[in-house]
Amino acid sequence: MAGRTFAALAVVVVAAGLAVTGLGVNQYYYFAAYVVLQYVVLATAWNILGGYTGYVNFGTPAFFALGAYTAVVLIQSMKAPLVVQLLGGAAVAGVLGLGIGYLTLRLRGVFFSIATLALAVVLQTLFVNWEYTGGARGITLARPATTPLGGSYVEYLFVVMLVLTVIAVATAWWIEHSWVGRGLAAIRDNEEAAECMGVPTLRLKLVATTVSGLLMGLAGGSFPYYLTFIEPASVFDLNYAVNSLAMPMIGGSTTWMGPVIGAILLGTAQQVATVTISSALNLLIVGVILVAFVILAPEGIVGLVQRLARRGRA
Amino acid sequence: MFSLELLLNALVAGILLGGFYAAVSLGISMAFGLLDVVNIAHPVFVMLGAYAAYIMNVRLGFDPILTGVLFTPLFYGLGVLLYRVYYASFERKGAESLRGLVFFFGVLFIVEVSLLLAFGVDYRLVEAPYIGESLRIGSVGIAFRLLVPCVVGVALTGALYLFLSRTFYGRAIQAVAQDAFALRLMGANPFRVKGIAFGLAIATAALAGALLIMIGPVEPAMNREYIGRVFAVAVLGGMGSIGGTLVAALILGIAESLTATFSGPSWSVAVSFGVLLFALAVRPAGLFGR
Amino acid sequence: MSADAYLDVREVTKRFGGFLALNGVSLQIRQGERFGLIGPNGSGKTTLINCISGTLRTDGGRIVFDGADITAFPAYRRTRLGIARSFQIPKPFTSMTVLENLMIPIEYARLGHHDGVVDEAMGILAQVGLAAKARVLSRALTQVEMRKLELARAMAARPKLLVSDEAMAGLSSSEVDDILAILLQLNGQGITVVMIEHIMRAVMRFSERIAVLDAGEKIAEGTPDQILGNKTVERAYLGE
Repeated sequence: MAGRTFAALAVVVVAAGLAVTGLGVNQYYYFAAYVVLQYVVLATAWNILGGYTGYVNFGTPAFFALGAYTAVVLIQSMKAPLVVQLLGGAAVAGVLGLGIGYLTLRLRGVFFSIATLALAVVLQTLFVNWEYTGGARGITLARPATTPLGGSYVEYLFVVMLVLTVIAVATAWWIEHSWVGRGLAAIRDNEEAAECMGVPTLRLKLVATTVSGLLMGLAGGSFPYYLTFIEPASVFDLNYAVNSLAMPMIGGSTTWMGPVIGAILLGTAQQVATVTISSALNLLIVGVILVAFVILAPEGIVGLVQRLARRGRA
Repeated sequence: MFSLELLLNALVAGILLGGFYAAVSLGISMAFGLLDVVNIAHPVFVMLGAYAAYIMNVRLGFDPILTGVLFTPLFYGLGVLLYRVYYASFERKGAESLRGLVFFFGVLFIVEVSLLLAFGVDYRLVEAPYIGESLRIGSVGIAFRLLVPCVVGVALTGALYLFLSRTFYGRAIQAVAQDAFALRLMGANPFRVKGIAFGLAIATAALAGALLIMIGPVEPAMNREYIGRVFAVAVLGGMGSIGGTLVAALILGIAESLTATFSGPSWSVAVSFGVLLFALAVRPAGLFGR
Repeated sequence: MSADAYLDVREVTKRFGGFLALNGVSLQIRQGERFGLIGPNGSGKTTLINCISGTLRTDGGRIVFDGADITAFPAYRRTRLGIARSFQIPKPFTSMTVLENLMIPIEYARLGHHDGVVDEAMGILAQVGLAAKARVLSRALTQVEMRKLELARAMAARPKLLVSDEAMAGLSSSEVDDILAILLQLNGQGITVVMIEHIMRAVMRFSERIAVLDAGEKIAEGTPDQILGNKTVERAYLGE
């Protein structure tokens, strides 16, 4: 999709989002839409490192939670406005991405992945023990009384998350169509050859991990005001780990569209399902679908559609 | 506050824990060390073994070790099956390791959530006559719930070592890692040998799980703590070296025990992370690696 | 002696665990030279190339290229300085077309972006005979075509020194001549070419000088005629 088309689409999306606020509709829809959009961001962020570069991050909760807890600290210490929370969350999570990348990206990809797993466990322990942010019991936060838009705060957060989504997807779009993306693809396809062809593999990988972590932290940054209650168990929830992975893998991991499609489909389905089935069963189904896709349709929905289109043409 | 008695107890507990960690890590040493299969789902199979021991203990009053032994053939079959799926879907096609990793994560996830659905988040434990007991040597207390898993763990390590070095299939497994082609010339089918190796790796999880639930109560999410541990042991021990696995496991056990005693138990999880990073940075070939 | 060496490999050593793959190997290659590197299987040829290209870190010795000590440089930096190599077992970028495969070295091996990259890439593809396959996915190529792609990719990096690692293995006689012609043409343009091969007639025809490796050591060096008559070399290949 060309740049101009994409930009136009982005404007339309944000405008539509603004248009549906203040309608007096049941607030639940904004809550649900927020969650789905959040998944779009997480899935897109994951895919920059996963699908584009070939490095699997199992520790999305670590980056997301760090973004959320940074926002908590900023609220507690200086009543920082939302924008600062977002930027702070993004920055800290980005630094974490850089750090973990620096420690492990010179090694085989699997060690990076294992490190991300261990990272999530370690960070959770850290926050469980940190009383300033509530420890294991969690911490309650008060939203500001007014919103810049008027209307409810949830509707405002919905629009904020919509803008964040556009930022994340636009970032992925740009990377994909730029020389950066081509270098990442070379790394993914054959890192040794890429390095010998002049690609600074370590540097590009660090860029990918930092950007990926940054976007995840960005999503986490608005979580405290959304939920008004932050505790380790809910921000380090396994569902972030599996969904941020399953959505790109199911949607299609080589383009920016895959995570978007995967997140909208899977996210919406889960929002509908959690009303009827337990969250654990819901996660189980996601896991099964993930494994099925990885084995049977590794190129994801986007890939399947492309394949069908090619057959149609032939 | 520091005392010699505290230190000694921590050291002993660490050694005992290390013997158990060896049992848990054997499967990864084989799967990852020898076959280069990144089975991050191995610890969740250990959990499966632990819950099997729980059920048999609660329903039939079976001793956990008995359950572990009984379930070993079943887990072996599971391992062979899992390898077949992995091979057909990824290894044969030479697919990027991205998908293999995601596959095992999916398996991990499915098993963990299934356990969650079946047993809930409450901690489960087993009862056996010797679990509560302990003996004292001087000022050092040795709890049976640590001693028995350690002894069994070391025995399991020894048995696996003997199998790999003395039997035909054992040596074939060691060979397949280095030269599948030469293996064919010897008359062994690499695919079959790898299947056996992976089956054995998962089989160890049955007994390891029984030992796990002996040490303390379990709940499904615990498997993730162990991922860092088993890979730390596998790398530090020198991928595929069984003797190295034991030594590395002991080192990890002692490091964790000391950390838990002097810094608090919640930090022991971070220790394995640190050990892994240290091992990768300093000596990626491990202690005994070639 | 080292004064006129374009690529100066000094006492390079490489170990894999307990195994000594290269034991103090030294080579001096002159600018514009056609240099052959031969030796029995497992003698360390590819390991040496990996050390030169930067894929592997040496355990001892130094590598100096065009006056600069590149021993500690990562591979991509060496490529940007002008060293390019093809891989013995082709490593194409499988998700990309043949043309896109060439875009990577064109965009990354030479700093600064420029126009006409597609034309340039097509030109290189024409030189190796792959122009017709430009839009084909690289994983759909035949073995021979993949070898040519390997060479084309290395060429796209506009190297000053090109290492061709067994580019002719398993090819038919006429295909060998094709590759040979390409390498000669590149050398004619001023590129120093190091050829690693088992196909003796190609190496003998191509090289101005040849070095022979055996079990990680250089056992002989000289003109093709000198190497042909060398008893040590004969023993290395045929055994005692």
